[in-house]
Amino acid sequence: MSNQNNTEKPEAKQEFTITVYTENQIGLLNRIAIIFTRRKINIHSLNTSPSEIESIHRFNIVVQETEDVVRKLSRQIEKQVEVLKVYFNTNDDIIWQEMALYKVPTDIIAEKASVERLLRENGARAVVIRKDYTVFETTGHREETDALIRILQPFGLIEFVRSARVAIIKNSDGFNRKLREFEKAEPGEDVVENEYLNKGQRIFTM
Amino acid sequence: MEIEQQALSNPTGVETIEVSGSVALLEALIAEGTEVIFGYPGGAIMPIYDALYDYKEKLNHILVRHEQGGIHAGQGFARTSGKVGVVFATSGPGATNLVTGLADAMIDSTPLVCITGQVFAHLLGTDAFQETDVINITTPVTKWNYQITDATEIPEVLSKAFYIARSGRPGPVLIDITKNAQIQKFDYSGYTPCNHIRSYRPKPLIRNEYIEKAAALINQAKKPFVLWGQGVILGEAELEFKAFVEKSGIPSAWTILGAGAIPTDHPLNVGMLGMHGNYGPNVLTNECDVIIAIGMRFDDRVTGRLDKYAKQAKIIHLDIDPSEIDKNVQTTVPVWGDCKETLPALTALIQQKTYPEWLQKFRDFEQKEIEAVINDELHPASGELTMGEVISHLNELTHGEAIIVTDVGQHQMVACRYAKLNKTRSNVTSGGLGTMGFALPAAIGAKFGAPERTVVAVIGDGGFQMTLQELGTIMQSNIDVKILILNNRFLGMVRQWQELFNQHRYSFVDIESPDFVALAAAYRIKGKSISERGEISSSLKEMLEHKGSFLLEVMVTKENNVFPMVPQGCSVSEIRLK
Ligand SMILES: Cc1ncc(C[n+]2csc(CCOP(=O)(O)OP(=O)(O)O)c2C)c(N)n1
Ligand SMILES: [Mg+2]
Repeated sequence: MSNQNNTEKPEAKQEFTITVYTENQIGLLNRIAIIFTRRKINIHSLNTSPSEIESIHRFNIVVQETEDVVRKLSRQIEKQVEVLKVYFNTNDDIIWQEMALYKVPTDIIAEKASVERLLRENGARAVVIRKDYTVFETTGHREETDALIRILQPFGLIEFVRSARVAIIKNSDGFNRKLREFEKAEPGEDVVENEYLNKGQRIFTM
Repeated sequence: MEIEQQALSNPTGVETIEVSGSVALLEALIAEGTEVIFGYPGGAIMPIYDALYDYKEKLNHILVRHEQGGIHAGQGFARTSGKVGVVFATSGPGATNLVTGLADAMIDSTPLVCITGQVFAHLLGTDAFQETDVINITTPVTKWNYQITDATEIPEVLSKAFYIARSGRPGPVLIDITKNAQIQKFDYSGYTPCNHIRSYRPKPLIRNEYIEKAAALINQAKKPFVLWGQGVILGEAELEFKAFVEKSGIPSAWTILGAGAIPTDHPLNVGMLGMHGNYGPNVLTNECDVIIAIGMRFDDRVTGRLDKYAKQAKIIHLDIDPSEIDKNVQTTVPVWGDCKETLPALTALIQQKTYPEWLQKFRDFEQKEIEAVINDELHPASGELTMGEVISHLNELTHGEAIIVTDVGQHQMVACRYAKLNKTRSNVTSGGLGTMGFALPAAIGAKFGAPERTVVAVIGDGGFQMTLQELGTIMQSNIDVKILILNNRFLGMVRQWQELFNQHRYSFVDIESPDFVALAAAYRIKGKSISERGEISSSLKEMLEHKGSFLLEVMVTKENNVFPMVPQGCSVSEIRLK
């Protein structure tokens, strides 16, 4: 086996979702963001939210990059003092959703009965119906929320917005047990697990 | 005040005492064993300086001339002492003047705790006088930073700051304290040092299976090669490293920040890596079969062109920072951990060996380098003086016992290549950032970190002019540093590149200097300037024997080049001797 100084075949870029468990600390978002901007990598989607554990925050970051780069980014994120753990996954490893809102003129929608059916087919529901406009909501994958834009465009789509991605790792036991390990002065193997030892698992972890 | 301090030094009881945030800060510094603070006052840090007035007996504060000088001094102190350097600066311009030093300390893993004053909390975000968003400016160049707006946070945050700065892979920490928090009184119940942060794993758990794999690889290697870096020194693992090298019998080469971890004269020390490193270590990187990289990070100045770097070799990488593994060079066996622990574990599993033929290859290349480069550099028979011969004479006088602080440029590379170092923590240089102006202030700190040792700052005529204001600090605080200016009347290193790669088009590298000896005299520092071969040794002797600081300027030949050299974009084995 010879080493490959990362230079032979350039790996293909693909979508990765990075999940970061952190302390709830002001300034941490910036610390994490600059790890991407420093390498001139665009963050496609970023969500911060509480996790299953009070006081522990969870970031979901989506980038389009090679696995090699994502691994390096993840290690540099995990190195930050207030970061507990980083996982990175391909779309196959996760269950993910994005929510989108669409504002359309109510009169047009009311006129055309077909719209009603189109919306139903796309799993959209009305959140607000006013005389002047109606707001629909749909939740799903990027292709689904994108498809609805195209569908609503001919009916005078006034406004569109999509949320960041939220993702759950299929093959994860959550963070409760891990956190207890972190709180110990001498944490067990679990906390310092590394990908070399976890080759068999589907989750890439640091 | 007396009574107050007595109570403070007894934090065991539950009783509390009312103190200001500033007092709590100074108590934290004392509890952490702070020996010296390099600082500069200003409006937003005045309450801390006011408290310091009563702590003059307990805390030694050195007034620098510029905050950049302060932070480089803190770095010099940390590098020679192994302790955390402490730096004070005011808000706004005081804090922004620290940025170069923070970046330098970050890339060279130097433990620092910098305290900056900040405007009152209620003024944050209002563009108040001397308000700068220091936390955001310094985020990329600190291991950790934090803004304190309430005095009650001070003891805990300071204990975290020191713990983070010194543990794991060390680095700079900046704590920004708003003025109201410095003034605010609170019930202080003593200082508890921090030794655990749940989100922070300074040391990975050691994995024996990797130690075993690494040992197996080493035991079957025919041409193994050790590359060591500052990690050995930061991990205080010099003895463990020496034991490993001696049992394994493997030729070992160093990065400039690793220099001195084992003595220059050690029979298995085959020299310096990198762009201006030695011939053998560079060429044979592409011939060895196993590389054992210890506490080094495969910096591009060390590896040259990556896709032609050690492609034939298997790589064992020992590092405490997991993000370094596979960052630049793909590892065969990663050995995460503190080398103070991983090295003895590895030593136990390897066979006692020698590689006489393989080692001889290094010596053969060394001979070629001596003939092609080193002889002319160290022992020129005629012509103008060379930088190398000055360092060579210095070696004879210090016997390798001095601390050599270098600035950045040709003189740095010459000093790193030729300075004899018997002891660890003897080479203080700006490696990762290459910060001109580093040496003079760093030498000040280096002296505080190792007061019993001789400190020689080797500086170029260009770099000296970047921070020469610190002569004022040397004067006022009576600091014994020997300043050796190697004056080639050029920004030599840039000139060398312009000569070699830009067809001799010397674009703004011709730099004029003032009369450095007169300048030193203005600061009441004794000085001398020489340009004759016969004067070198006697003048260096005069400098070294002089009580107190001394500036010696040596006029050296203008257009010498530092060789060998791995030109940028070339492989290490394409190293040029001329
Ligand atoms: C702050 C800073 N500015 C610019 C440089 C780029 N630089 C690297 S070496 C060098 C020349 C240094 O000249 P001098 O101090 O005279 O040392 P010499 O190379 O002549 O020994 C310059 C300008 C730098 N490293 N640091
Ligand atoms: Mg010069």
